[in-house]
Amino acid sequence: MALLEVENLHVGVEGEDIHILKGVDLTLDTGEMHAIMGPNGSGKSTLAAVLAGREEYEVLDGEIRYDGEDLLELEPEERAEEGVFLAFQYPVELPGVSMTNFLKEAVNSVREARGQEELSSAEFLQMLRERAEMMGLNADLTKRSVNEGFSGGEKKRNEIFQLAMLEPRLAILDETDSGLDIDALKNVSDGVNKLRNDDRGFLVITHYERILQYIVPDRVHVMIDGKILRSGGKELARHLEDHGYEGIREEAAAAAAA
Amino acid sequence: MTTALDTDVRPEDRFISAFKVNHGQALNGTNASIAQQREDAIERFAQLGIPDSNLEAWKYTNISKIIDRPYTLPLAPEAPSIDESDIEPFTIDEMDAHRVVLVNGRVDPSLSDLGDLPSGVVVSSLAQAGNEHPDIVEQHYGKYADFEDEALTALNTAFVQDGAFVYVPSGTIVEKPIFFLHVTAGQEDLFLQPRHLFVVEDGAIAKIVEAQHSLTDAHTFTNTVSEFFVGERANLEHYLVQDEGPNASQVHTRAGTQKDDSVCSSNTITFSGEVVRNNANIEADGTFCESNMYGLCIGKDEMHVDNHTQMDHVQPDCNSNELYKHVLNDESTAVFNGKVLVTRGSQRIDAYQQNDTIVLTNDAQIYTKPELEIYADDVVCSHGATTGQVDEEGVFYLRSRGLSERRARILMLQAFCDEVLSEYKIDALREHVTDKIRQRFASYFA
Repeated sequence: MALLEVENLHVGVEGEDIHILKGVDLTLDTGEMHAIMGPNGSGKSTLAAVLAGREEYEVLDGEIRYDGEDLLELEPEERAEEGVFLAFQYPVELPGVSMTNFLKEAVNSVREARGQEELSSAEFLQMLRERAEMMGLNADLTKRSVNEGFSGGEKKRNEIFQLAMLEPRLAILDETDSGLDIDALKNVSDGVNKLRNDDRGFLVITHYERILQYIVPDRVHVMIDGKILRSGGKELARHLEDHGYEGIREEAAAAAAA
Repeated sequence: MTTALDTDVRPEDRFISAFKVNHGQALNGTNASIAQQREDAIERFAQLGIPDSNLEAWKYTNISKIIDRPYTLPLAPEAPSIDESDIEPFTIDEMDAHRVVLVNGRVDPSLSDLGDLPSGVVVSSLAQAGNEHPDIVEQHYGKYADFEDEALTALNTAFVQDGAFVYVPSGTIVEKPIFFLHVTAGQEDLFLQPRHLFVVEDGAIAKIVEAQHSLTDAHTFTNTVSEFFVGERANLEHYLVQDEGPNASQVHTRAGTQKDDSVCSSNTITFSGEVVRNNANIEADGTFCESNMYGLCIGKDEMHVDNHTQMDHVQPDCNSNELYKHVLNDESTAVFNGKVLVTRGSQRIDAYQQNDTIVLTNDAQIYTKPELEIYADDVVCSHGATTGQVDEEGVFYLRSRGLSERRARILMLQAFCDEVLSEYKIDALREHVTDKIRQRFASYFA
C-alpha cells in the first residue's frame, strides 16, 4: 500500500459542465519525489487542489486513497491533520492574521491529531526560529501578518517554511518555482531538499524543467489535457525541455487513432 | 419626580408640554449658562421636529418610530439604587482607572472610585461642576454641539440635568484612563438625556473611556450630548463602548474642537442596541492638528447602527484619519456617513477616510456614503468603501494548514477588526474589547 494512490480520477467544476481531469492514475510512496509537468491548462493544479480538498471541484469518477483511506471523505483540515500539505501557487495574504499565532494554532492542531503533545509557547518559538533558519526565511517575517507585504520569493519560501513546521507525510508543491528569480529558486529548492526523507513523499507540480535541476525527482509524469500521457525517470524532464510537449501529444493521438 | 409622556399627542408636543410643566422647578439650572440655553433650545426643537427619513441625514435611520413610545422622562435625582455586584460585569477590572459610575445619566458617588487625581484635575458630575466651577462650564458648555440643525441636540439642551464632567488644567497629565461607566436601570421605559463636558486645556493629556450598559429589559432611549475641548498641544483619546442590549436605543452626539498642534482621537465600538445613532464631530480649529476617528460595529440580530461623522478642517496644515469597520450578521443594518469639510484657505490638509464592511448573511445591510466638501486647492483627501464577504480563499488557506473551518472564519473576522483594535492605546481596554469580539464571533459559528 503506497502513501498516495490515485485511480482513474475524473474531475469537473462544481455546478458546471466542465471536465478537467479525465482519468488520472498515479501512485506515490514515502521517500519518493514525483514531478508532474505539463502545459498551461492541462489540469496539474486541479489535481493539487483536489488532493488538498478545494470545494469548487467535483470528483466525477475514480478514487484517491491516502494511506489506504479514502482521502475524498476528509475535510481540508482533516487532510492537514493526517499529513497532507499543499504549498499554494498563490499564497494568500491575510492582513491582521499574525504569522506566529496562526502557525502555533496550526502546528498544535496537527500535533494533537497525531497524538503528539501540544507545544508550549517557548518550545514553539524555538522550533519557529530553528526552522526559519533552516529554510533561510528571515525570522522577522514571522512577526508580521501572514504573507502581507511579502515579496513573491518570500511568499514561496514561507510556504516551504510552513511545510517544515507542519511536518507532513505528503507534500504537494504547486508551481512553487513560478515567478522566482534564480537565487530564490535555489533557496527554495535547498529548503525542499533538506525536508526530503524516507517518511515523506513529494509531488512537485511545475511548468518548467528548471526546478528539477535542483530538486531531482524519482519519477516524472507528463500531464496533457487532463491525463498523464507518459511517465518516466528524471531524464524525461530533460527530454521535454528539449522537445516540448507537442511530440508527446502527437504520439498519444496516434496511439489513440491506431 | 417623573413625567410620563402622553402618547395621544405627537411626540414633539409631549416633550414641549413636559418642558412647560417642569420649567422653573425640576429644570431650574445648576448653572446660569445651562439654564439660559433651555428656552432657545426647546423653541428650536419645536421648529425642527423629530427628524424623519425625508431628511438626508436620517434617510436610513427611522428614529421617530423609536421615539414615539410611552417613555418616562425622569427629571429628578431619584435613580434606582444598585450596588457593586450589579455593575461588576462591566467594570473592566484589568484597566486601572479613575472610575465614575452614572446610573440613568446621574453620577452615583457610592459606586465611583476616583482614586488619586493629579492636582487641579476635576472629574465630577456636570451638575456639581456647574456649581463649583461655573467659569469653566460657562466657557465651554453649549459651544460645540450646535442645536441649530440638530433637533435631538436641542432637546437634550432643553432638558439637561446631569452627566459627566472632566477638566484637565493646562500642562497636566492624567496617566490613568478616566472611566465613565453608564448604566441604565429600573423597570420603566426611560427617556434619558445625559450631557457631558470634557475640557482638556493647553498641553494637557487625558484618556477618557466610556462604556454603556443596561441592567433592565425595559425599552429605553438615551439621547446623549457630549462636548469636548482640546487645547493647544493637548492630547485627548476618547473611547466609547456601546453594549446596552437589544431593547436600548440611543442617539449619541459628540462634538468638539481642537486647537494648534493638538491630537484628538475617538474610537467607538458598538456591540448591541436596537437603534444606535452616533454623531461624531471634530472641528480642527488650529494648525498642525491630528484628528483620528475610528469605529467598529459588530452587528447581530436586528440591530441598526448608524455612524455619522463630520471632520471639519477650518485651519491649514492638519491631518485626519478615519476608519470605520462593520461585521454584520443576521438581519443587522449599518449606516456610515462620513463628511469631511475643508474650508477655503485651509491648505495642506491630508484627510483620509475608509469604511469596510463584511456582511455575513444575505439579510444584513450596509449603507455607506462618503461626503467630501473641499474649498481649498492644495489638499489630499481620499476616501474608500468596501463591502464583501469573508475571503473564502483565506479560509481555505487556513484550513489547509489544519485549522477548523470555524476557527478559520473566526480568525479572519478578528483579523478584519484588528486594524481598528490596534488603535486602542490602552492595553487592558483593547484586550477587553477583543475578548468580547472573540466571544461574539465564537457564538456565530457554534
